[in-house]
Amino acid sequence: MKRKRVRQKKQHPGERIKNFDEVVIGYTEKDAVEEARRCLQCRDAGCRKGCPVEIDIPGFIKFIKEREFGLALETIKKNNYLPAVCGRVCPQEVQCEGRCILKKKQEPISIGGLERFVADYMLKRMPGQNPPIVPQVSRTGKKAAVIGSGPAGLTVAASLSELGHSVTVFEALHEPGGVLVYGIPEFRLPKKIIKKEVEYIKSLGVDIKVDVVIGKTLFIKDLFDMGFDAVFIATGAGLPKFLGIPGENLNQIYSGNEFLFRINFMKAYMFPEYDTPVNVGERVFVIGGGNVAVDCARCARRMGARVTVLYRRGRDEMPARSEEIRHAVEEGIEFRYLVSPVGFVDDGNGNVEAVKCIKMQLNDPDRTGRRRPVPVEGSEFVIEADTVIIAIGQSPNLLVSVATPDLEVSGDGVIKVDGDGRTSMKGVFAAGDITTGTATVIKAMGAGKIAARAMHEYIERKGNGRKEIAGRNRT
Amino acid sequence: MYEISDNKQLAPGYNLLKINAPLVAARIEPGQFVVLRIDERGERIPMTVCDYDREEGIISMVVHAVGKTTKRLSILKPGEKILNVAGPLGVPSAIKKYGHVAGVCRQGTAAALYPIMRAMKEEGNRVTVVIGAKSRREIIFEEEMRAFCDRVIIKTDDGSAGSRGYAVHGLTELLKEDRADLVMAIGPTTMMKTASKIAIAHGAKVLVSLGAIMLDGTGMCGACRVTVGRKTRFACVQGPEFDGSLVDFDELKRRQRMYLKAEKISLQAFEREKETETQKTDR
Repeated sequence: MKRKRVRQKKQHPGERIKNFDEVVIGYTEKDAVEEARRCLQCRDAGCRKGCPVEIDIPGFIKFIKEREFGLALETIKKNNYLPAVCGRVCPQEVQCEGRCILKKKQEPISIGGLERFVADYMLKRMPGQNPPIVPQVSRTGKKAAVIGSGPAGLTVAASLSELGHSVTVFEALHEPGGVLVYGIPEFRLPKKIIKKEVEYIKSLGVDIKVDVVIGKTLFIKDLFDMGFDAVFIATGAGLPKFLGIPGENLNQIYSGNEFLFRINFMKAYMFPEYDTPVNVGERVFVIGGGNVAVDCARCARRMGARVTVLYRRGRDEMPARSEEIRHAVEEGIEFRYLVSPVGFVDDGNGNVEAVKCIKMQLNDPDRTGRRRPVPVEGSEFVIEADTVIIAIGQSPNLLVSVATPDLEVSGDGVIKVDGDGRTSMKGVFAAGDITTGTATVIKAMGAGKIAARAMHEYIERKGNGRKEIAGRNRT
Repeated sequence: MYEISDNKQLAPGYNLLKINAPLVAARIEPGQFVVLRIDERGERIPMTVCDYDREEGIISMVVHAVGKTTKRLSILKPGEKILNVAGPLGVPSAIKKYGHVAGVCRQGTAAALYPIMRAMKEEGNRVTVVIGAKSRREIIFEEEMRAFCDRVIIKTDDGSAGSRGYAVHGLTELLKEDRADLVMAIGPTTMMKTASKIAIAHGAKVLVSLGAIMLDGTGMCGACRVTVGRKTRFACVQGPEFDGSLVDFDELKRRQRMYLKAEKISLQAFEREKETETQKTDR
């Protein structure tokens, strides 16, 4: 039985560069069932081992084959509260799909595509606009606070809520979702999908408070004073890195974060209908090789620019997802490898006019296993630019750690944790990018699940000593 | 949602807006700001908080109606609500005993200077404030300042109140006769640049509060980056106050102008919309 992988439908490149709608349209019911039928239902399934949250992948695919989509979703949700998100943004090619047995002879099962299909299918069929929200009654009488509403925070909130605790999530920005809403463009992950997934988590009894900046509005100590039994920090890696080269503060030079925050989170692509502006000139250069760089390039392309990505290593070293690089190439984005900027030229009015670059060559592998780029002497050249986006990575947010001296952090602001997410402070746990530096959505969720278990144990053990009044809730 | 509890005009183009934001009011200190957003389509803008009532849960700010968002804020009525207020943000002013603290401001920025100077006075400093304005009509917070300041100097461009000249002229005159240990300048970037030069020339320390463009206000975007002592700093989390002798004011001025074109488009669209509305109601 050899069948070809069923492709998910996509918007045509010529069409999609004119809008911010989703590029991948997804499977129809018929396509999904057909793709599911390719699955060999391995007993010792490699895919499951490749999944950071160990979803029973053969299990949910079997249900799709049987058209039991509700049961398929239930199977996924045992391990993953955000399937519509993960089906879209997980790097399946190096996780589940990378371990699929079919990969040896043909293409692996489209696990991401199937996960997304099931999640979307059920989201569309959710009764009414939103699921009914369970009133926040804590069965255990215990309260947990979660700082940050990105993938790790939402996972821990949902887990603890299901375990019977009353959970409040504090989000600094005006909308929950963290990096999912500010950092991943609409055409890869639509806001309405995140909204629905968040509604689902709220329906488990989780309360989300926006506009609360922990470390500024409230401190960790306040949370304990307010009666929270444990605190989980999931503030992510949201601080932009800059190059530290001359001219970097010229106008029209953005960090990848700022560019995405404006265009994607604040919807600057709909300016002036939406108030937030963004300046995208005709000739845009994006510096970097990760997903953020590729996302910025594709946003700029949709604003009508000619876009080039400059990366200091080669194609093989690029950390961005291969599928997204392919999409970007289809959209007419140019990639120039082994090039690094050394400075920016002022047009005389404080705007960037050109990028000074130098060619690079690859030496021996560094600690990350990637070959280290070194400049080629005398190879400097200058290219004209109207807008530059620097997307060379993010480091952990510092607001919580700066305001909490008792919290141990290592260099770069990474919060120190043990294998179960315990920090140096009693009752305070952490996971996700704030403990690792920039990683992926699914890894943050995997670490969140482990931390949630440790938190639950801590809360239970602590609770044996004293009884709290159930439902005592300041919020 | 955050309710407007009061809104009154202090001078043409300047309104004192009071907002119910209990969590912010409980924690805010002089020199800090909030980031607010009016509605779903609104932009996030930083606003310096000029006063607060911790018990009532109210924060106050002076809105200078120059762009779409500030114009919309200035016409909000008590009882109306805005969607988001996050804060307090930024590092509080370093309130301590300096000796003689001289504050310099122009028009609306008197409001931002006010809580800092009040705290400086409470800390035991002698305080003098120089308020500059276009004319008598644009002076705000004069009475509030007089209530605790050892001296208040008024300068107007046309001489209609106090003596003729800019606030920085007032500062020079003051420092010539009365040495200051700290100059605290809040106002237009050019004014702060000049005030810093004057302060340095007279051997005083100088602090300035920078009005950089901001988005999230928590260090995530880098829009507010400023060069201080040849290093890039984020005004939102490392400021907004910096040593005026180290700030690259020219770069800041340039960066503040980055969206002038877009701001104009936004304002024009808003005014057209408002006009159509008025015509409709007139009919």
